Amino acid sequence: MSDITFSPAFIGRQSFIELDARERATALMDTGSSHELVGPFDRIESPWLPMQGIAPQSDDGCVVLKGTIAGRPAVVIALEGEFQAGSMGEVSGAKMTAALDFATRDSRNGKTTAAVLLLETGGVRLQEANLGLAAVAEVVASIIALREYAPVITVTAGTVGCFGGMSLAAGVSSYIVMTPEARLGLNGPEVIEQESGIDEFDSTDRALIWAINGGEQRVAMGVADELSEDNVPDIAEAVRKCIQAGQPAVLRSRQIELYRSRIKSINTSIQIEPRSLRQLWAGEKE
Amino acid sequence: MELLEFDYPSANRRVNKRSHVGVVGSGEMEVLMEPAETGMAHVSIRTSVDGFGRSWKGVIDRFFSKFDGAVRISINDAGATPGNVMLRLEQAAEALEP
Repeated sequence: MSDITFSPAFIGRQSFIELDARERATALMDTGSSHELVGPFDRIESPWLPMQGIAPQSDDGCVVLKGTIAGRPAVVIALEGEFQAGSMGEVSGAKMTAALDFATRDSRNGKTTAAVLLLETGGVRLQEANLGLAAVAEVVASIIALREYAPVITVTAGTVGCFGGMSLAAGVSSYIVMTPEARLGLNGPEVIEQESGIDEFDSTDRALIWAINGGEQRVAMGVADELSEDNVPDIAEAVRKCIQAGQPAVLRSRQIELYRSRIKSINTSIQIEPRSLRQLWAGEKE
Repeated sequence: MELLEFDYPSANRRVNKRSHVGVVGSGEMEVLMEPAETGMAHVSIRTSVDGFGRSWKGVIDRFFSKFDGAVRISINDAGATPGNVMLRLEQAAEALEP
């Protein structure tokens, strides 16, 4: 066989998407600095799934690591997209809320502790119904409390993406980091198609979905902050950059008038295209 | 969902570490292995797929024909195939060794 003289750059990449939640969280923290809180051997798992004939997971699909990033105290909370589509149940929600609240307490006491949320989730876990909804509400409230003291960074890398109630958690974060493979949106494509019909949104049209929900579009619209390739060092660098930047001067979710005026300026008599939306929304970002 | 329990009294070599591998994703499973205080191996399986008790017994028997650690094994399963089960067990056992 002849020697390979050229290999494309992506061959050398260290994929973040291929890692599970625990490996993703570990990869973002300073080497050797992290320890897990309420790990799998504590067996704090969903009591509701076995009642419905579904095998639970020993960490309920939520991994909490405490440690440092770029030498600063941080907590990384990762949802496992492979387990029940990363959905938020009573236990995973309680773990995320408690971790955020401890970070707020430490930050108030002078030890500023940033939070990094690795969101691969379809939102509320339907099997846990109201408890899942309550969990999302608590997570959002806890993010809003913490972001006054320390940055809260959402990373959605793919391939599950971040949808449903947890897209609200992403929305109130200080920063959002995405890869081109990731998707972010309130209602997922299949939900829109089911509720409004295939004319409204064709959930089999992958190009359309990524043109609207994809990382590139979201960053270009200014509703997400950093676009990073699916490469561990790149994503870790994007997260470090956000942590070092501290709290943003103006939180995106406080710019109510700005977004209201943009929505008002849209001419709804013609079908708006992803590209024109990008131009309309880019505003101060460009 | 089905619960399965197996004991292996001949697996009595002391182990000191614990290990955790896998995710309860579709066609996948997680394994937790930890030292058994009784001095012999116990296996508990929770699987979403009913009616495969004999296949489980076959795979676990085969695993313990080569492995002698006194471990408590907990498996949460969402439909892993026998080959996948064996790979996950071997992976967890490997992580137990110093």
